[in-house]
Amino acid sequence: MTQEQKRSQRKGGGDGDDGGDAGQTSATQKGEKLKEEMDEILDEIDSVLEENAEEFVKSYVQKGGE
Amino acid sequence: MAIAKVMGIETEYGISGLAVTDFNPVLASSLLINSYAGTLRRIRWDYEQESPLRDARGFEPVQERQPVEEDLGLANVILPNGARYYVDHAHPEYSTPECLTPRGLVAHDKAGERILERSLESVERILPPGQRLAIYKNNTDGKGNSYGCHENYLVDRATPFPRIVRDLTPFFVTRQIFTGAGKVGAEGSREGGRGVAYQLSQRTDFFEAEVGLETTLKRPIINTRDEPHADPDKYRRLHVIVGDANLCEVATFLKVGTTALVLKLIEDDLLPDLSLEHPVQALHEISWDPSCRQTVRLRDGRRVRPLELQWEYLDHAKKYVKESEPTPEHVEVLQWWESVLSGIEEDPFSMHRELDWAAKYRLLQAYRERDGLDWSSAKLAAIDLQYHDVRRSRGLYHRLAESGRVERIVTEAEIEQAIEDPPEDTRAYFRGRCIGRYPGSIAAASWDSVIFDTGADSLQRVPTRAPLRGTREHVEALLDVSETAADLISGLQGGS
Repeated sequence: MTQEQKRSQRKGGGDGDDGGDAGQTSATQKGEKLKEEMDEILDEIDSVLEENAEEFVKSYVQKGGE
Repeated sequence: MAIAKVMGIETEYGISGLAVTDFNPVLASSLLINSYAGTLRRIRWDYEQESPLRDARGFEPVQERQPVEEDLGLANVILPNGARYYVDHAHPEYSTPECLTPRGLVAHDKAGERILERSLESVERILPPGQRLAIYKNNTDGKGNSYGCHENYLVDRATPFPRIVRDLTPFFVTRQIFTGAGKVGAEGSREGGRGVAYQLSQRTDFFEAEVGLETTLKRPIINTRDEPHADPDKYRRLHVIVGDANLCEVATFLKVGTTALVLKLIEDDLLPDLSLEHPVQALHEISWDPSCRQTVRLRDGRRVRPLELQWEYLDHAKKYVKESEPTPEHVEVLQWWESVLSGIEEDPFSMHRELDWAAKYRLLQAYRERDGLDWSSAKLAAIDLQYHDVRRSRGLYHRLAESGRVERIVTEAEIEQAIEDPPEDTRAYFRGRCIGRYPGSIAAASWDSVIFDTGADSLQRVPTRAPLRGTREHVEALLDVSETAADLISGLQGGS
């Protein structure tokens, strides 16, 4: 269980470091960057998604296997 | 003393027909496979049981074959990379060749995906315009029907089976935090499953028993099928049915790498008793909680999170590797294992570059936020399904991979090679190279035999009972000098 303890400690320390203005600013920037990236991913996925999700999902029926 | 872990993965792919009238999944699977196999379809699968336990390098004449009932003309081919590609029930199934390293197995598992993708391209050319097939590497249709992704591991027959059950069950119940492929909602009528929006595993809703022989109903966490395709006095083939089909290479690598290591620990009897009080219930409850915080009770009374059990297995594995001779494979498995457990410990949802369930969850969450979708929305179910589409142009996993948004274990070149060539370090090498080199002179083959038709009076079977014989090291020189299958047979007869 030594690793478990190490992990918990590291996690505890990390939480403390997040305080302060500098941390918040960089967190906001990080958040914006993340959102930009997600928008980019969703745009791409929108262009390949099957049309008519409802019909697509409904018609996917498998026989059990194995 | 633990034995080398010869391993393989069998994947049943989901198949559906779009705009196909009277879609028949059995015939469609057969068509799909045959369109890829071409003339290789002529080589039959050898169902005949091996009888006497002879040395793998010997050979014996074969009796006239009786028609086999299972073989009703449905596709069932052996590929030059040593894999088996066939129709199982109503699905195309790809069984990788036997591999000796987790990395090799990842390459061959990925090669399977690519072969399915290529098959789709070939079959498209013969389907009427407007019709197409879709293939998914997943494990459920979301309506209560599941199909499997099974792993196989060579295990020392001397290891008592009850010990395997005791020590492997808690591992299997908890490994889903990194092997889960993720699923919207829950299937089945369990009370705890009601209201589950998203869970770690595709498969665990379908498991009801701790130990058993079944694979299609009352599925057990530990499957007892005992068909070693090798010397049964020496070996067991542990048939694992509790895993999800993975697309993330890290997930596949860890699934087989950690399981192989834990099996070695079990063979050497190095694990303490970590038995769970209610393994089946724990399997479900852990899957239903993607935050990975759900605790489960051990028989000794402790309540632990799945991570705590995984850390414990990892600690024992590290000690084992340190004390035995550390191989690069073991070291790589330990590094990924520790890194992924650490990541889950800090924030499970941050593991979207490594783990399928987290990658899929991230997409779903982004759609929920942007489009204001409820978890019951058909669009989310469609995204769940399309995540597993094998086409690199449309599959959502593949879109993420293409844009560098998931971690890779193997290169495209390694995958390309695994599509064509067998692993070099197991008997699959002999099988695959024979198929590749003498396709017209092979009547049939299976995991433990290659049957030659060299025009002589009788067919000749070369048994390949030993999983670690027939490697490149053993047979490459002989294959190189054997122009024809007849040369090969006489070379084998001469004994080298």
